Amino acid sequence: MNSLWRTVDRGTLRDIALVCLADAIVAAAFGAISVSGGLPVWVPVAMSLLVFAGGAQFAAIGVVLAGGGPVAAVAAAMVLNGRLLPFGFAVADVLNGRWWTRLIGAHLMTDEAVAFVLRHDDPRKRRAVYWTVGLALFTVWNVAVVLGALGGRGIADTDALGLDAAFPAVLLALVLPSLADKRTRVAALIGAVVAVAATPFLPAGVPVLLALVGLVPSILSRTGRKRPGEAARPDEIPETGAATEAGTATRTDSTQETC
Amino acid sequence: MPLLAIVVLAVGTYAFRLAGPLLQDRLTIPDHVRRLMSVAAAVLLVALIATAALTEGHGFAGWSRPAGVLVAGVLVLRRAPFPVVIVAAAATTALLRLCGLS
Repeated sequence: MNSLWRTVDRGTLRDIALVCLADAIVAAAFGAISVSGGLPVWVPVAMSLLVFAGGAQFAAIGVVLAGGGPVAAVAAAMVLNGRLLPFGFAVADVLNGRWWTRLIGAHLMTDEAVAFVLRHDDPRKRRAVYWTVGLALFTVWNVAVVLGALGGRGIADTDALGLDAAFPAVLLALVLPSLADKRTRVAALIGAVVAVAATPFLPAGVPVLLALVGLVPSILSRTGRKRPGEAARPDEIPETGAATEAGTATRTDSTQETC
Repeated sequence: MPLLAIVVLAVGTYAFRLAGPLLQDRLTIPDHVRRLMSVAAAVLLVALIATAALTEGHGFAGWSRPAGVLVAGVLVLRRAPFPVVIVAAAATTALLRLCGLS
């Protein structure tokens, strides 16, 4: 654990702390909303410990508070969590140690942890960042849910604080550097358009999964190019450093995705 | 919300999370697929950002939230420090709401 702390630089630690703070307020709101909606304190608390996925927790509680049954609540939340499956493969290299670290580490997987890991290419850094975000967020999230459930009526209105904008802003700040790679940028742009366009018609969570069609062009272009020598592909940025340093070159054209 | 429902949700969610880390030894994933997974993660995150910024339920979220997220995007491209980005996003949205924008 000592080396884990040394591997994560101070700037990253500061960023993680800030994400924890933002999530703490959201978590406290989750606890407060659940309890003021009439649920016993143990429901949001148990859910946060066992499920540990903010979006899904809000979805499930939302369905229940709106009078829906537990089956509908679980279904809505499960669909939302479907993205964790491809996330698991994307950050699998981080969790390739002993079996018990995989079992524990997997439970700490969140959007935030994955986004932080994507910023790094060095295996040691990736692992250190993942565990730091995971453990910090798990602790902060659960403590804040308890506090919110026990007496945080005042923070139920996170919209007035603009916190609903903070969540996409956090992810945007984390993911934007990896969009310096053109292939990723094109795929993400297509995916985002598809997801937003599908939102009015499909149940929550499905549109985000549907965004994976954005990968089709890059899969097709790969199979089309496969024969004449696999190794050299000039348009591809080498993996090392692509996420961190590339932001400069494409600053202007990645503006589109932000809106 | 009965305990059973929470447990079912927890087990299902955990299965999603665990599949990748557990199966990575059993199936040898070629390099290009591994890279594709990384792109897929970015695609999912960007879709999540877009839907979270623009939509609420099945409709439009109103202008305040996307405005805040837009400010965040501009600040990220201008290399603003992370805390500034987040606080500016929340503050923009909160101020616009205070002014009566949806």
